[in-house]
Amino acid sequence: MKAFTAILKRDLRVAMHRKVEVLSGLFFYLVVATLFPLAIGSDLDILRRIAPGILWVGALLSSMLTLGRLFEADWQDGSLEQLVLTPHNLSLLVFAKIISHWTLCGLPLVILAPVLGLMFDLPIEFVLVLMGTLLIGTPILSCLGAIASALTLGLRGGGVLISLLVLPLFVPVLVFGSGAVESLAAGLGSQAYFSILMAMLMPAVFFSPWACATALRVAFE
Amino acid sequence: MELSGVERNKVGCQWDNGHSKNETDKKMMGFFFKYAPPQAFYRLSGKLIPWFSGAGVLLTVAGLWVGLGMAPTDAQQGEGYRIIFLHVPASWMSMVIFMAMAFWSFLGLTFKTRLSGMMTAALAPTGAIFAFLSLWTGAMWGKPMWGAWWVWDARLTSELILLFLYLGYIALTSAIDNPIRRDKAGAILALVGSINVPIIYFSVTWWNTLHQGASISMTKAPSMAHLMLLGMLLMALAFWMYSIAVALYRVRTLILERESATKWVQSLAEVVD
Repeated sequence: MKAFTAILKRDLRVAMHRKVEVLSGLFFYLVVATLFPLAIGSDLDILRRIAPGILWVGALLSSMLTLGRLFEADWQDGSLEQLVLTPHNLSLLVFAKIISHWTLCGLPLVILAPVLGLMFDLPIEFVLVLMGTLLIGTPILSCLGAIASALTLGLRGGGVLISLLVLPLFVPVLVFGSGAVESLAAGLGSQAYFSILMAMLMPAVFFSPWACATALRVAFE
Repeated sequence: MELSGVERNKVGCQWDNGHSKNETDKKMMGFFFKYAPPQAFYRLSGKLIPWFSGAGVLLTVAGLWVGLGMAPTDAQQGEGYRIIFLHVPASWMSMVIFMAMAFWSFLGLTFKTRLSGMMTAALAPTGAIFAFLSLWTGAMWGKPMWGAWWVWDARLTSELILLFLYLGYIALTSAIDNPIRRDKAGAILALVGSINVPIIYFSVTWWNTLHQGASISMTKAPSMAHLMLLGMLLMALAFWMYSIAVALYRVRTLILERESATKWVQSLAEVVD
């Protein structure tokens, strides 16, 4: 447990020294959300309808872009190999890295989402539901993405490869995440979507660190 | 413990790090692992391939004859429906092959048999081809029946995502040079994917009901004539035989490639020539 908190603190501290890297994912989200109205037109009725989808796809792409950072830097300076060699439970250490990735790359998206939602003229209760789905959904993205990131560690064309592996796996999260807002707009309520997202989060949190740890060991064999 | 290539063939495992099972376990697993060493499997598959390819050809001829010649014309869809004799078996195969890949991956990760990774790798291209064939024939059927090449139907969309999963697997394994890492990384991806396939199908169905998709559903097809069903089953069996034959052929190539440094490969008649 001590090692767990140590890694968490260390990752957050390292990120504070490279603020631009953390902010770039957030900036990307902002830019993507800005591009859509420019491409589609400024009709607020259309924008309001497609806003949940755009904001979810943007969050998905942004968290995918930042996945490379999860293990790559530690792998290059050798500290990841040291982690694999320590007697501590590797799954637990990987879990700490996933949490720090989510705190740095997922949580800011959740906080930025309402601002973007207002830009698309979403009513306030829709914005709250969107934030809720992002709050539950982005950790799933970090968990699944961590597996792909560990599998592609140090491979040529790693960045493109990650997106190939990860995007099909992100589909259910995207469907239920953006579906919640749409269902609310249709007057059906969004309770069921939250339940299903939670039901996906639980196994993702449980299995992903283990799968990542296996993939990392494979990479160092 | 380092084992030479020949010794490893006897064990049939990648690593025998001392955590070998006790004797009774070994006996129980004996039958199971008899053909696990690539060398034994190479010989066995060499004998099996002609049988599977022969059965594949015969069943294809019979299936096409029943499907295209004997089966009655559909009352609603006319002759256009006959594409299902390719389309439905191809979709079935694409799903079965992914399950087979997950099965071999599980074996590979738990028992560390070397053959499993090669089996998974050998199945992937065939699965991807069937997924593509299923989408392609589906589009050709959809144009006259639905009036559109592509409909965002739950089945079509999840089949497309299945194709993406296949391509992801192939992309990942071809990016890794070290065969051990390639097998294991591929196995992890195949297992993660296989857990996701039902979730993807479920989510896409849910999404489809919300978006009011195609009004014609393939599940509500009228009950089929016996000859149509027979033709479809024959074609499905033919695809099974084809897939097995092609996968075995590909495994043999992979075995030769991986084991090219060993004595038994170098003493093979087809290699010496």
